[in-house]
Amino acid sequence: MITTEVVDLSRMQFAITAMYHFLFVPLTLGLSFILAIMESVYVMTGKQIYKDMTLFWGKLFGINFAMGVTTGLTMEFQFGTNWSYYSHYVGDIFGVPLAIEGMMAFFLESTFVGLFFFGWDRMSKLQHLSTTWLLALGTNLSALWILIANAWMQNPVGAEFNYDTMRMELSSFSDIFFNPVAQVKFVHTVAAGYVTGSMFVLGISAFYLLKHQDVAFARRSFRIASGFGLAAILSVIVLGDESGYTVGEVQRAKLAAIEAEWETQEAPASFTLIGFPNEETRTTDYAVKLPYLLGLIATRSIDEKIDGLDVIRERKRHRIENGMIAYENLQILREDKNNEIAKGIFEKHKADLGHGLLLKKYTDNVVDATPAQIELAIKDSVPKVAPMFWTFRGMVFCGVMMLFIFVASFYFNMKRDAHNQRWLLKMAFWGIPLPWIASELGWVVAEYGRQPWTIANILPTHLSTSSLSADQLYSSIGGFVVMYTALLVIELFLMVKYIRLGASSLHTGHYHFEKQGATHV
Amino acid sequence: MFDYESLRIIWWGILVFLICGFAVMDGFDFGIAMLLPFLGKTDDERRVMLNTVGPTWEGSQTWLVTLGGITFGAWSIVYAVLFSGVYSGLLLLLFALFLRPVGFDYRSKLDNTSWRSFWDWGLFVGGAVPAIVLSLAAGNLMIGLPFELDNDMRSTYTGGLLDLFQLFPLLCVLVGVALCILHGGVYLHWKTEGAIAQRAQKVIGLSSFLFVALFLLAGVWVAMGVEGYKVTSLIDTTITAHPLHKTVEKSTGLWLANYGHYPLLILAPLVAMVSALLTPIFTAKQHSATAFVLSSLAMIGAIVTAGGSMFPFVLPSSLSITSSLTIWDASASYYTMKMLLAATIVFMPIVLAYTTWVYRIMRGKVTVEQVQANQHTMY
Repeated sequence: MITTEVVDLSRMQFAITAMYHFLFVPLTLGLSFILAIMESVYVMTGKQIYKDMTLFWGKLFGINFAMGVTTGLTMEFQFGTNWSYYSHYVGDIFGVPLAIEGMMAFFLESTFVGLFFFGWDRMSKLQHLSTTWLLALGTNLSALWILIANAWMQNPVGAEFNYDTMRMELSSFSDIFFNPVAQVKFVHTVAAGYVTGSMFVLGISAFYLLKHQDVAFARRSFRIASGFGLAAILSVIVLGDESGYTVGEVQRAKLAAIEAEWETQEAPASFTLIGFPNEETRTTDYAVKLPYLLGLIATRSIDEKIDGLDVIRERKRHRIENGMIAYENLQILREDKNNEIAKGIFEKHKADLGHGLLLKKYTDNVVDATPAQIELAIKDSVPKVAPMFWTFRGMVFCGVMMLFIFVASFYFNMKRDAHNQRWLLKMAFWGIPLPWIASELGWVVAEYGRQPWTIANILPTHLSTSSLSADQLYSSIGGFVVMYTALLVIELFLMVKYIRLGASSLHTGHYHFEKQGATHV
Repeated sequence: MFDYESLRIIWWGILVFLICGFAVMDGFDFGIAMLLPFLGKTDDERRVMLNTVGPTWEGSQTWLVTLGGITFGAWSIVYAVLFSGVYSGLLLLLFALFLRPVGFDYRSKLDNTSWRSFWDWGLFVGGAVPAIVLSLAAGNLMIGLPFELDNDMRSTYTGGLLDLFQLFPLLCVLVGVALCILHGGVYLHWKTEGAIAQRAQKVIGLSSFLFVALFLLAGVWVAMGVEGYKVTSLIDTTITAHPLHKTVEKSTGLWLANYGHYPLLILAPLVAMVSALLTPIFTAKQHSATAFVLSSLAMIGAIVTAGGSMFPFVLPSSLSITSSLTIWDASASYYTMKMLLAATIVFMPIVLAYTTWVYRIMRGKVTVEQVQANQHTMY
């Protein structure tokens, strides 16, 4: 029997390693495109400064990319090491996008990244430019496939349970590819990556402008970042993935928790701007509400209702009861697969099998669950409100701050006066951490909000882990934290060193510190 | 197009192909990393060695990542049982691999002797530990891993990291390391000149001899001292059977049974040994490309030998022999295998094409002069 401790530690390890990984991924996604844009300008205008920009930001890209590869390896193997029952139960579907990701995206980015750095003198300008675009394409394609896989966890379509093999099996590839949740997730996540890349370039360029270091270089970088960043932040906000929260039951439960919708409201529902969710009384204290807004954002209509947690919980009760019937008949079928009566009942209730499995946390037999245990399972079946409520608002707050920075940067840039706005430059510089905070909070909203499931309505988290001991997990978590932190410190050290040097690190002899003869790398 | 039976044989072939691809492409990276602290006497020499593989190692490692993804999709239960079972071994592999991307990228970014020497040893670990762990895993696959499946297909594993270090797997480690060093030496000899190339040539002679001797010893051991597995119940190749519904026999010498069923299989070990023996000869004649093809063939021959001897087993269990996984009870569904086959047929040729293009662009020797002239851009 797997203990709660093992499940919690496995979740903790996955969360830690995924969030570490996601410190590097968004920058890779965004910066690769910015490099491609800079190099395109170089090829079109033939101006050396744009090549220097590509080379310098490329150096920072490389420092970040190495950490992305390092922490990404863990993710590819961790489903097997720590979530082996999950891997068996849904590998037939979940493994497909991961396999394709390897062949279609990982090979592309990792093959061309070497050429990007070392191929400058061995190729024509156009060939090198194609290399850079292929690198950017590769990074974004890998985001596409991993988000198709992730969206399937949130909204599992195109799959059937097979009681012979005791697992879910793929029934429609196009369903998982065109999963509506995957589409919004992909747009939202890559756009967030573009915002990260832009904020990074914008903030660091602002730093140079504040210090009057390589002004021409910094102004051009600032200009590209402000334009690309403005387009990106608008996409993140307008095509925010909130619209994806009306598809599928778990997504709806997330939305209700984010908005602290304890009870279903008349359409169009009002939006709770701020307040203090209280899990005990199931109310939000001191709530400030904006009328109609939530209904408009989430359903893009004025007459569609948004389910509150009350309605969702009641549905769960019904589904758990059905799930017990499905589980009972599954056991009969496993003994005798020609039992037509059991087959008939199972087929009718199999959609709720996962809800029956929720009871496994309390009783191994499922069918003998007491009413008290069923109540506990219902209570588990929706995520806690406060963490969802706050992380979502934190993410939105960061987004709004960045929107302001990009709008102002773009505006003053159009007036060719951004470099004189010291308040804006300072804000852009100190705003560098914002996209990272927003991305991490966004992951918490999406993945904590999926609880208690690994695969929505199909496989509960507490059944998904490997049969490991708590000791094994303590040592692996310890190992990851020590390794990752040490590497992160080294990465930040190098990053800061190269950022301070700026374009002088290229050793062309044209830039700030070289003119003063003050540096040595 | 294909029935379920042929699909699973094809997918076994793709698995072998990917393992071979990984071994051929990343094997020499591992070898060169292991040779790095010993063959590179000066900082410039070490940089030359690093830059022979610098632009391409990342693509090579992707073979391993893709192998993980493909196993997850096409052989889910194998991925689940193997990775969770050898948990500590896999973490050891991961932690060592962590050092590669940062080692390559960060090492020459600071001009500081102890910083660079730290990363040189980091890269050494990043090459040696994966070569050791993966060969150790291969050896343990042949003797069986101590896992057991229950009726719900949940796997439990008894045994820790130290249990992997048994005599036969340790012999496999020596075989694997010798082979990686041979392969790395050949690539190094091809891509460098002068002192490094001469040192590489000595390594090639020694490692080719060692590999053949150890590989032969392993073969004798498999015949006389390793218990092989055989399915003794009737197999229905048209369905995904429950592993526990079959019966399995285990006894010494069974891993050689396939050489009776498929006599051509004997070519695999022969190719491995003959190619390895020919490698130093062609190296001495300065036929570097031929030598590289030969050391690649040695890799492929060794892997096909191991995989072919075990067929149709993928993951035998020493704890509960009926839990052993074969291609008939560990595969993905028919539809998934079909979809993934289509993706493989489309994408792998494209991957091979652009990989070839990249190697063409980066062809030619890496020299000390180049490294000195491009101090701030090369690894």
